[in-house]
Amino acid sequence: MSLKKVHDDQPKDFKFSEENLKKADEILKKYPEKNKKSAVMPFLYLAQRQNNNWIPLVAMKYIAKLLSMPYISVYEVATFYTMYNLAPVGKHFIQVCTTTPCLIRGADKIVNLCKEKISPNQNQLSKKGNCSWIEVECLGACVSAPMIQVNDDYYEDLNEKSTTEILDSLIKDKPLKPGSYRGRKNTSPEKHKNLNEENHA
Amino acid sequence: MLKPENKIFKNLYNEHGWEIDKALKRDDWKDTKDIILKGREWIINEVKTSELRGRGGAGFSTGLKWSFAPKEVGSRPHYLVINADESEPGTCKDRDILRFEPQKLIEGCLIAGYAVNAHVCYIYIRGEYFNEGRRLQNAVDQAYKMNFLGKNACGSGWDFDIHIHYGAGAYICGEETALLESIEGNKGQPRLKPPFPALVGLYGCPTIVNNVETIAVVPTILRRGGKWFASLGKPKNTGTKIFCISGNVKNPCNVEEEMGISLKELIEKYAGGVIGGWDNLQAVIPGGSSMPLLPKKVCDTITMDFDSLIENKSGLGTAGIVVINKDQDIVACMARIARFYKHESCGQCTPCREGAGWMWRILDRVVKRKATFSDIDLLADVTKQIEGHTICAFGEGSAWPVQGLLRHFRKDIENRCREEPLIKKKIDNPYLVDQHLLENKNA
Repeated sequence: MSLKKVHDDQPKDFKFSEENLKKADEILKKYPEKNKKSAVMPFLYLAQRQNNNWIPLVAMKYIAKLLSMPYISVYEVATFYTMYNLAPVGKHFIQVCTTTPCLIRGADKIVNLCKEKISPNQNQLSKKGNCSWIEVECLGACVSAPMIQVNDDYYEDLNEKSTTEILDSLIKDKPLKPGSYRGRKNTSPEKHKNLNEENHA
Repeated sequence: MLKPENKIFKNLYNEHGWEIDKALKRDDWKDTKDIILKGREWIINEVKTSELRGRGGAGFSTGLKWSFAPKEVGSRPHYLVINADESEPGTCKDRDILRFEPQKLIEGCLIAGYAVNAHVCYIYIRGEYFNEGRRLQNAVDQAYKMNFLGKNACGSGWDFDIHIHYGAGAYICGEETALLESIEGNKGQPRLKPPFPALVGLYGCPTIVNNVETIAVVPTILRRGGKWFASLGKPKNTGTKIFCISGNVKNPCNVEEEMGISLKELIEKYAGGVIGGWDNLQAVIPGGSSMPLLPKKVCDTITMDFDSLIENKSGLGTAGIVVINKDQDIVACMARIARFYKHESCGQCTPCREGAGWMWRILDRVVKRKATFSDIDLLADVTKQIEGHTICAFGEGSAWPVQGLLRHFRKDIENRCREEPLIKKKIDNPYLVDQHLLENKNA
C-alpha cells in the first residue's frame, strides 16, 4: 500500500473541457450501459491530464456525479492506484524504477542524481518548478535497466552520463528523445563483443 | 535451439515494422476465416493437442480453460479479457508483443473470443505502458479498417469488438479477479474463488482471462497445427516462450526460445554471459520476482520449463530471468523485492498486508547488520504464516522469494546476525506508522 497525501490547497471547482466531454462520451460507449461505473478509471485519467497531471477532490466529486456513483467510491479508486497524483507534480514528472532488476544495474545512482539535480526529496518541485521525481516499483522494462519514465515516455539503458544529460535537458525544458541510450534496437541481443563490462550505470 | 522457421514472434525487435500491411506479410490474418469456420470444438481441441500452457505465470492448460466456458450463451453475455498488466519484476515480454506484434494478439483475441462465445474483449493494459497502449489502439483501428474486427469480423459471421482499458499502477491487478474488479471500476482487490471467472467473472458474466503471450501464439498454433507446437520443447512443456534476461549479464535482452532450453545456454548465448564470467554467478531468479531463486550449482544444469523448475522448488512463472552475480549483496536484492511486495499488497488480507511489511523490515535489519539470530527463525515463521492464508496467490508470491533466500543462503544471513537481542539493549529502531517507517524521535 502506498502512502498518498491529498494536497492541502484544493481548487474550488472542476469541469471537463468540451473536448474531454466528447472523449468521455466515447469512453462510456466501451462499457455496458448499466456498468458505466467502469469508466471511473479512464475519467480520472482525463481529469488528471486536464488539470496539470494531478487530481483535485472536486474532480472526484464531479466524476462521481457524472457516473452516478458515491463520491467515496471514486475517492477509493483514486487513492488505491499509484498513478493518480493527488498533489501537484512537476511538468516533467520523473519516475525512477528502483526494483531489483534495475537496482542491481545501478538505479541507486540515478536516484542520487535526481536528488542532486532536481530536489533532495521525492515529490518536491525543483528550483525552477518544472520537474519533480519519485521512486517507483517495476515499470516493466527490466531488460533495458536501469530506466526512468518521464511523463509517458521510457528512457532506457541508462548510465550516469546519459542520465545527467537527460535530467539537464528536462530542467532546461528541452527534453531529449526517449528510447534506448545505448543505441540498440529495442530489446534485441547486442552483437558487439567490445561492450565494456561496466556498461551500465 | 529454435530454428528460425519455428519462431512465432518474427518481429520481436521491430526489425520489419509493426503496421498491419507489414504484419500481413508475416502471415498474420492468413486463413483466419477458415480457422473460425472449422468450429469451436476443433479450435479448442487443437489448442488442447498443442498442450499450450498459460504464459502468465501459473502455467494452466489454455485449451482446458477455454472448455470451462459454458457451451451455450445463456441470459448473460460472455467476455474475453486479456491480461496485459505486466508488472512482475524481471518481465517485459508482453510489452514487446504489444508494441511490435499487435496483430498477432488481435487475431488471437478474435479466435479465442469465438471459441469461448464472447463478442466483446477487454484488453487490460498497465497504465505505465501508455505509448504501448496507444500503439495497440492504432493497430486495433487498422484491423477495424480492414474489417478484421467489428460486425462480421473477418467474414466469419462473428461480431467482435476489442476495447482497451488502462490500469493505473497496481501490481495486484495482474491477478485475474483483481483485474476484473478494476475493469468494473473498483479498487483492485482479488475475489474469493470459487466461483471462478469462467462462470462468474466480469459484471457477473462468464469470462475467460488470458495472458497476452498465450493469446498471441494461438493463431500460429492453429495455422501450423497443434502437433507442430507440441513437437517443440519437452513433453507437457511444449512450444516456444519469450525469455527476458535481465540483471548482471553483459547484454540483457528478450529472446524467443524453445521451452526446456538450458539456463546456461540462454545466458551465455543470448545475453553475452554473466558479468565477470559464469563462476561469478551467485543466484538466478528464474521466473519473475515471485519465484524462489536458484543458487549457482542448480543453475549449472537446470532447464527452463515448468516441471523441472518445480522439481527444484522454484517455478517458470513468467520466464523473467534475473541474474545476480557475486558483486551484489543477495540479501539486499531480496530485501528490495520484499519492499516491492510491501508496497504492492492490496491490503485485503491481514497476513499479507502485515506480513509483507514484517518480511521487509526483518530483511532490512539483516542488510544493516542489526538483526539478531532469532530474527532468522522469526522470518521463516512469518513466511509460513502468509503462505496459504490469503485470498489470492500474492501471499505465496511474496513469501516464496524469502523462503528461497533462507533455503539457499541461510549461512550468509546467519553470518550477519550477530547483534544482541533487542530486549537487552536500547536500539533506535524505527516504528511502523501507516506502513512507513518513522525514526523514534518523529513517531
